[in-house]
Amino acid sequence: MEALDGNAIGGLLLEVFGTEMTTAVGTCIYCGDTGPLAELVVYRPGPGTVVRCRVCGNVVMVFVQVRGITCVDLRGLAALN
Amino acid sequence: MAGTAVRRRLTWQLGTVGSLTDETAAVRTIALDVPDWPGHRAGQHLDVRLTAEDGYRAERSYSIASAPGEPVEITVERLGDGEVSPYLTEELRAGDQLELRGPIGGYFVWDPADGGPLMLLAGGSGIVPLRAILRHRERTGSAVPVRLLYSSRSWEDVIYRDELDALGDGVEVIHTLTRRQPPGWTGYARRVDTHMLAEVAWPAGQAPLAYACGPTSFVEAVAGGLVGLGYPPQRVKTERFGATGDR
Repeated sequence: MEALDGNAIGGLLLEVFGTEMTTAVGTCIYCGDTGPLAELVVYRPGPGTVVRCRVCGNVVMVFVQVRGITCVDLRGLAALN
Repeated sequence: MAGTAVRRRLTWQLGTVGSLTDETAAVRTIALDVPDWPGHRAGQHLDVRLTAEDGYRAERSYSIASAPGEPVEITVERLGDGEVSPYLTEELRAGDQLELRGPIGGYFVWDPADGGPLMLLAGGSGIVPLRAILRHRERTGSAVPVRLLYSSRSWEDVIYRDELDALGDGVEVIHTLTRRQPPGWTGYARRVDTHMLAEVAWPAGQAPLAYACGPTSFVEAVAGGLVGLGYPPQRVKTERFGATGDR
């Protein structure tokens, strides 16, 4: 499946954080790259969403939606501003 | 933060389908009347959710095709293996209701205060948010100069063709037709490459602001090409639609 970018999860992020987040700046915990969430690499295979760093490719965020609940894992973000 | 459960805060609402306009054989513009629409910025999108009788749900994002202040419009390309786009482009009728949420996004947006010159790059239906930007520029009387490089498979696949033809002063539209060209075509007839970008794009020294939208492979190619020509990466805004076609 071909990758999207962080724009594609603007609605999901708005749902989770309650505010526009694609312009929020994240820092990758693995390589230290810093940039707007809109520029991250996004895969959406069904109910799960996997978000990878555009520079090093490591997983920085995972979202899973089950029965109306969104589970959020920000494992790869050192900072989110 | 593993396993944090979050309650839903962004609400879905119902929009009523107004006019339907066929842009090409596979592309339709859908006007929507959304009672509680808070207004949008040029370049934003909205999410559409369809629910089948058995409860199965499919959700897709569509760029908003209209300028801020205009009624909400989306333009949808029918994908052969799509779950949502065949319904939206073939089954939907005026008066039907659609579940949607938006506007969404703050990154791939343009306001006159952002300036230019603007370098717009569209692959196929990637033209949709750029049309909102072009309309916004025109409606606000902005004098920011614009070049639009628009890649389509054929002349028949060019979305908003008449509207783009009629754009006023300060906007140059350059087409490339990657698969089939009409007789006598003298324009570009290949995928966008670095050589084409070097000929068409504003020189980096003029501090242009670029917006590239389309299939992922298209966006990767043009964004990389512009950075290679000296555009700072933060002046190249990108939006990837995934694999929506071969352009």
